[in-house]
Formats: sequence, C-alpha cells, structure tokens
Amino acid sequence: MLEINDIIKPENLVYGKTPVLTDSVMHYCPGCSHGVVHKILAQVIEEMGIQEQTIGVAPVGCAVFAYNYIDIDWHEAAHGRAPAVATGIKRLLPEKMVFTYQGDGDLAAIGTAETIHACNRGENIVIIFINNGIYGMTGGQMAPTTIEGMPASTCPFGRTPERDGYPLKMSEILATLPGTCYVTRQAVHTAAHVRKTKKALVKAFENQKMRKGTSIVEVVSTCSSGWKMTPVNANKWMVDNMFPFYKLGDLKNE
Amino acid sequence: MKEEIIIAGFGGQGVLSMGKILAYSGIMQNLEVSWMPSYGPEMRGGTANVTVILSDTRISSPILHEYDTAIILNQQSLDKFEQQIKPGGCLIYDSNGITHHPTRKDINVYRVDAAEEAVKMNSTKTFNMIVLGAYLKVKPVVVMENVLNGLKKSLPERHHHLIPINEKAIERGMQIVNQI
Amino acid sequence: MGEDIKLMKGNEAIAEAAIRIGVDGYFGYPITPQSEVMETLMAKQPWDTTGMVVLQAESEIASINMLYGGGGCGKKVMTSSSSPGISLMQEGLTYLAGAEVPCLVVNVVRGGPGLGTIQPAQSDYFQAVKGGGHGDYSLIVLAPASVQEMADHVKLGFDLAFKYRNPVMILSDGVIGQMMEKVVLPSAKSRWTEEEIKELNPWATLGKPKTRERNVITSLKLQSDEMEEHNHKLQAKYQRMKEEEVLFEEFNCADAQYLIVAYGSSSRVCQKTVEIARDKGIKLGLLRPITLFPFPSDRIYELAQQVKGILSVEMSAGQMVEDVRLSVNGKVPVYHYGRLGGMVPSPSEVLKAVDEKLIGG
Repeated sequence: MLEINDIIKPENLVYGKTPVLTDSVMHYCPGCSHGVVHKILAQVIEEMGIQEQTIGVAPVGCAVFAYNYIDIDWHEAAHGRAPAVATGIKRLLPEKMVFTYQGDGDLAAIGTAETIHACNRGENIVIIFINNGIYGMTGGQMAPTTIEGMPASTCPFGRTPERDGYPLKMSEILATLPGTCYVTRQAVHTAAHVRKTKKALVKAFENQKMRKGTSIVEVVSTCSSGWKMTPVNANKWMVDNMFPFYKLGDLKNE
Repeated sequence: MKEEIIIAGFGGQGVLSMGKILAYSGIMQNLEVSWMPSYGPEMRGGTANVTVILSDTRISSPILHEYDTAIILNQQSLDKFEQQIKPGGCLIYDSNGITHHPTRKDINVYRVDAAEEAVKMNSTKTFNMIVLGAYLKVKPVVVMENVLNGLKKSLPERHHHLIPINEKAIERGMQIVNQI
Repeated sequence: MGEDIKLMKGNEAIAEAAIRIGVDGYFGYPITPQSEVMETLMAKQPWDTTGMVVLQAESEIASINMLYGGGGCGKKVMTSSSSPGISLMQEGLTYLAGAEVPCLVVNVVRGGPGLGTIQPAQSDYFQAVKGGGHGDYSLIVLAPASVQEMADHVKLGFDLAFKYRNPVMILSDGVIGQMMEKVVLPSAKSRWTEEEIKELNPWATLGKPKTRERNVITSLKLQSDEMEEHNHKLQAKYQRMKEEEVLFEEFNCADAQYLIVAYGSSSRVCQKTVEIARDKGIKLGLLRPITLFPFPSDRIYELAQQVKGILSVEMSAGQMVEDVRLSVNGKVPVYHYGRLGGMVPSPSEVLKAVDEKLIGG
C-alpha cells in the first residue's frame, strides 16, 4: 500500500509555496485579487533574492495587514501617505528595495498629492496599485476609480458624473510625468494574466535596481464582496465593464 | 554696561546689516549680544527695524519697548520711536527726507547727514557705515579694532576687500555727527 | 573670542546643529517664520559632507510621513514648520507616537487661529503638550528660550526621542527663530552607520536578515485588548518621562513672594520684569519650564507653599495656566496674563499685571 511519505518526496514536488509568504491564513474574501498579487509579489522577492533588502509600505485598506503575509520588513502608512513614507525610507536607504502596496482610494483619492509628487520626483520605488473600483475594507463605498453607472454603497443607483465626478485614470496621468519610467496596467483573473503581472513586477523591481525612477504596476482587480457578486461573476463583470475603460497593457516603458 | 538700541529705517538702507555688524563687534569685545529684527512682509520694501542689545551681563528680553539709543533713518520710524527713548537717552537721525524733526527736550538728539555724505564719497552703499560711525562717536561702546573684527566676521570672505572703504565711512560718520 | 562662538538666528542654529550632530534627514515645506531652517540646510549642502538628506516635500503632510518612513528605519529625521503647517502634521504625529517612531519636529509658532499672522505667539501650547492628534499620546516638548538652546535642543531632542522611541517637539516661536545671539554649536559627530543602527535600534526596518523575525512599524492593533495593552505601555513610558526628564530654570525664586511662570520668549521678557521688580524691592521670581511635557509640576507645587500668588505669562489666551493650576492644586491663586495674535508683551506691562493681579489681588 502507498504511504503518504512515499509521495512527499522532492522529486515528486510540482509546486511549492515560496518561503517569503508566511503561514498566516489570509483574511481576504474568496475571489479577492489581493491574495494572488501577494503570492506573485512574494515569489518575485524570492526569485530576485531581495528578501533581506526589501522594505514594504502597507496602506490603509484591505491590504493593511499585508505585513502578516509577506516575510519582509514592513512599514504601515496612514491612508494615502504610503508614497511619502516610501520616499523617507528610500532616500535614507538608497541601496534597499522599497515598494508601496496601495488601493484605489489610497492612491487615487486621499493620497493623490503624495502619489503624483513621489512620481514627479522620480522616487526610485515600485508602486503596486490595486484598482477594484470600490472601497473594500470600509464596506463597498464609491472609489475615485468606480466606473460610471457602477453601484456602490454611497452611490447605490450607480455613479453619476454630474453628482460624483468621473472615474480617474491615475496610471494615464502618472505616465505623463517625467519621473516615471514604467507604468503598466495588468490583471490576475487568468493564469496567463497572472504570469504577465508577475513579469511586470520583476521589471518594476529591476528598474529600481537600475535607479531608473518610479515604476507603477496597476492591477485591475475584483472585489466580489464589495461588488456583491460571486467570484466567477465578478471576474466576468470586470472583463466586460472594467477592461473597456481601464485598458490593459503598458502605458509607459522606458 | 548695558546698551539697548533700536535701528529703524527703510528696507534696503542696511538697517539689519548695521545691527549685525554692531552685534558682531560686541562679541569681539566679549559682550553678550542680541539682534531681534522686525520680520515678514514689512521687510520687503517697507520699514525695517532691529533691536540690538549689548551687555556685560546675561540679556533678558530681546524685545524692548524703550531704548537707550534710537538710530532713525526715515520719517515713519522717527514718528514711531521718538517717544520710546528713555529720558536722558540718545536719538541719532539722518535728516534726509525728514520734514517733522524731533521735538523731545529730555533726550540728546544728534544729526548725521549720512545719505548726503555717502553721495559725496561716491559710495552710497556705505551709507549705513557712516551712520554706525556717528553712533560709535556718540556711544563708544565698542572700540574701533573690534568693529573692524566684527566687520570681518559678518562679511563673507569675498567682500573683505571692502573693509577699508567701510572703515573710512565709519570714520567719516564720526566726524560729521552733530549734537542738536 | 574663540573661533567657535558664532552670531546666528535661532532658525539657522537649528540647521547648523542638525548637520553637526549627524542628523540623517530633513524633510520640510516652507512657511514663515521658519523657512531659514531649510534654506540654511540647502545652502550648506550637507549631503556632500555628512551625507545628510535634505528634501523639500510637497506639503507638511508629506514631510511628516517622510519622517515616519525614515524614522522607522532607525534614522535621525527631523522637520520644521510653523503653526498652520504643524496642524497639518498632526495626523502623522499620532501615527509616529502610536508606532513609537523617534523624530524631531520644530514648531516656530506664529499667531492663529487659521492663517493668523506670521508674528510670534505661544498659542500652540495645548496642541503641543496635550497630544494634538487623535488618541492618548504625548510628545516630549522642549521650549528653548535662546538661540543657544535652539542649537542644544536639537541634540537633546534626538537623545530623548531615541531613549523613549517617541516624537519630540521643539516649541519655539518667531522671536527665538528670528533673533540672533551668540551660539556655540555642538561638537561634530558622524551619522550612525547601518551597523550602529542595528545595534541601537533593533526594531528598525532595515531589511529582514534570516537571523531575526520581520520588523513591522505599525500603530494598528485591531483587537481591543491588545490595543489597551499597547496604550498602557505608552502611558507607562510617559510616566517615566515625568519622573526622569523634567527640566526647568529658576530666577530669583529662593526668597520670592510672588512667582511668574513663563516659557520660551515670554520667559525672556519676564526675566526683565523680574529685574525691574527687584530694583523696586518687589520679591518677584520666575520659573521657566524647559520641558513643557513633562511639566515641572512638582517644583511649582513646592513654590506654591512659599509664594502668595502665581502669574502665568504666555503669548496666548491662557493655555499653560491650566497646567500651573493643576500643579498648584488650589494652594494659591493662579492668574494668567497674555497677549494674543502675534503681540509680544513688554516687561513693564507684565510688571503692571503682577502689580494688579498678584500684589493688589
């Protein structure tokens, strides 16, 4: 009879969790994109061999506990202030690898000034921007990136530009700034897209190693709880409604 | 010894730098010093004044409301500070542009036509040093050697070649000051 | 005269001292009356000599968060601003206090509220010593009264900030910032190396080696019991400051029948008041708190056993007077005399207030 220990052998291993990811159970909802992005980020840190040099800046939002999941030194930031915190770290520790991990409310609403000015100074950091068009942690309120007509708890009948203003294409704005070297918009809803996003992260950290300026990796994401959809429907809704407005691909690559 | 001085005039007349040179001269003479300017938008083209205190003991308040000596370089400052001179104190002023002259009888009033003299000396920039000379003649609180050392300290090295002309201006001020 | 005695403004002394004691980073935003701090630093180009970073940020909000990041790395970081800018920093300061990140913040106070005036005031006392931002926390607050102390308090501030892992504020004002006096700068010290930081500040986020757990700079504890425990730890720290770090200076207190309590530039004015009073035979003394948090309550209580009354003199509508009253605990009457909105009281008007409120009262 085949014992379990006969199977668990190095030569039979087809997939392993990167040790940069901790054993903590993630608090993210089923279908949430954060878990996937965390995993590939941890893999990139492991594969590039930069675990001991990397300092992450965690935002306010669902990813506030990112420091429980990725085994590096972390710094909390107040809502929107991550690029300023990262600036302080990187300016004083220019040899280290520094990234921020921010949601749309953090990066594109309350932290707009910090984001634009860090990018405009060309701070040599990586900004990972999770854009799910909604405030997940506080319970599904409208975000600066909520698309027209999309409902949220503070616009229950859909976003109306006359009342709520227009959804903000932050990456397009950041791509115009001379301080940014790489601005890309990706997604993680299929295996192929996950691979592309991972490549984008590698490129972003390599840019930092080469001191090229600010790299921004936007990930168009789902929030099935906030959107009140099943994970499968959320992915489909994202493809049908978000992608036509937030087009995937590189906005800048210098 | 304690000497409490207000220097007041237009921005650009060298009021603040005269005060600074005086303060540096005080340091050279091992005195305690303080230099407190008016600051802010009024510096830009309007009136400027600075309170300088020289003392052989620790200086308490750097801001004063009465003075041993007022050095006055325009009408507004004369109007404002004449009444704030201690009885028996000194008022030194340049009459250039002054239409209402000092009226107090319980103070010593001195006049130095420094603006006119600076033009004569073909060196309008040394105007404030002529005024300083007048002050030092009236109140020799620091010796000339320490004034020159103070000048050296407060001027950047690249301007040190200007020290002789400043010295000349100070001496000229000493000569032309008159008690009214 | 020794070569090391210089004549400079309080604001310049802050900058010169910062370079000399090995500060790693300054992040700030211009505002009157303290812009000379950053201007002096930029003119000195310390990045070429000590390696100090100087950066003009896009706002005071960004500045204080750059301190949060840099301080979290165990670096000596500082900013300076004036009242409206310090209000913008309150969010950051409560995070720094909550996450126990050391830093130095200089407030060269101007008159308020609102945009107010650029002239000197002391109306930010409550904001400085009672927290300022949300939550139960305290800054260590130093109140220099001379240009020399502006220079000295930079070193003292960083010593205390790292001893307690707590933000320190220098609460100055336009008088001390703008005036020039003699100053002897602190002796030059090189910046900490990364090895020294690892040794001195093992909590710093310098990158996680395999030999230790990850360091996380955070003020967040979602479980109430954990947050309460964290608060108790902070409170115990503030208590320790009260026991160990109180600083004050006395003038003519030994035989005083009447007492003035004043800090910073007001204390300079009041020294003169004491001089005039003593000439007139009035037994007036002055206690000058050098630390506003922790406050010299015990000494004021002692003096209350001896004097007939106390006058708190502040360039505010009456803020420190509350701490003086708490210290005295009803033993003698405590009055307030102040000027507002950028006005500086004269020594003689303070004496008049002493006469009316304390002696006549």
